[in-house]
Amino acid sequence: MKKNEFHEEFIKGIWRDNPVFVQVLGMCPMLAVTNSAINAIAMGMATFFVLVGSSFLVSTFRHLIPKQVRISCFIIIIATFVTIADYTLLALVPAVHKELGAFIPLIVANCLILGRQEAFASRYPTKLAVMDAMGMASGFLLALLSLGSVREILGDGALFGMKLFGENFEPWVIMILPPGGFLTLGVILLFFNWFRLKKDEFLEDVAAAERGGN
Amino acid sequence: MNAPTDSGASGSMRLVLTLAIAGLVSGIAIIGIYESTLPTITANKARELREAVFKVLPGVSQMQALVYRDGELVAVDRPDKDEPVVYGGYDEHSAFVGYAMPGAGPGFQDTIALLYGYRPDEKNVVGMEILESRETPGLGDKIYKDAVFVSGFSALSVEPEIVAVKKGTKSRPNEIDAITGATISSKAVVRIINETHADWSAQLPEPGSEPRLEATETAGTEADQ
Repeated sequence: MKKNEFHEEFIKGIWRDNPVFVQVLGMCPMLAVTNSAINAIAMGMATFFVLVGSSFLVSTFRHLIPKQVRISCFIIIIATFVTIADYTLLALVPAVHKELGAFIPLIVANCLILGRQEAFASRYPTKLAVMDAMGMASGFLLALLSLGSVREILGDGALFGMKLFGENFEPWVIMILPPGGFLTLGVILLFFNWFRLKKDEFLEDVAAAERGGN
Repeated sequence: MNAPTDSGASGSMRLVLTLAIAGLVSGIAIIGIYESTLPTITANKARELREAVFKVLPGVSQMQALVYRDGELVAVDRPDKDEPVVYGGYDEHSAFVGYAMPGAGPGFQDTIALLYGYRPDEKNVVGMEILESRETPGLGDKIYKDAVFVSGFSALSVEPEIVAVKKGTKSRPNEIDAITGATISSKAVVRIINETHADWSAQLPEPGSEPRLEATETAGTEADQ
């Protein structure tokens, strides 16, 4: 039971409550930095680090933080982790940092992170909060990666900088530009909602069949 | 830390204290990460600058920093902080080729810092490299990603000044095609070069009387890695 619960907190962020495709949170970095798969991964990893770190601290100190100043405390914690991520990326991978530019400091404003602190980490024990944060961050990373891959393949004819098609491929430039982000995201959201609708219908059918059988 | 008693009855002292402690811990963490990454970041920046100097000045294999002191341009090992500096580029026979001039100014989002190569004998800009920019991904960042735009700076006259024109309408040696969709960023690059050139033009010596190479810094990229 206990093990199942951990598992559940992790899995829900990846599929059922995916922060991007289901909760539609964190749209700013989602649309801004997904013009290539490598940018998407760097952004996803930075967000992962910040979200898991903040959730761990917030959950550990949740009894010590007074209700009145909790949001300010969350933001201080998040901002500290973002600064750490910012300098680490700048020191280790300057090229990626240059590419992501202003969007690293803007992780502070990602409503997905503050949202998880308020809705989950500040109410649940540390272990569950970390599992939840890891699930949500992985879900975010996967969403960024799928959008980034689609856009890079269509807009640049490449994946992770490797050319996939021959010389004759004409890149669909609009896919790397902002409209491409909206288009791709729209199509993916369409798929997710269609899938959900089908699933609900299927569950209803099963329930009806069971009622009929009895 | 004092244990919490009742969050409703807790006085404002406790709120102040919590935020103060959080701020203090956060401050220490940020100083720690800043101090520990600073040497790597400075080294990266210095290497990037050297590579950029060799890139914007074709044919250059040695460089030295030059500053303007007491009415003339002199070579220095390490320029003072906040002192304007240009880099002299020299070929393998230590003959002067041109200057690599750093410039910075406001772009569309944030400050753009760049380096451009300038040959005083030709009065031409011979190369341009963006060192730092936070221009819009996909649009403004074309000032360094768009190969056509960047190569437009490989032979560009600064007389009377550089002008950014609509794409495809370049007709004079001092004109450059702006990037469609990133006009503000392209114009910012041109403006930064013009301003830097105007600032320095009176301080640069006559062509032919540039400072001689003193330090022996060579283009040993393999030594940096």
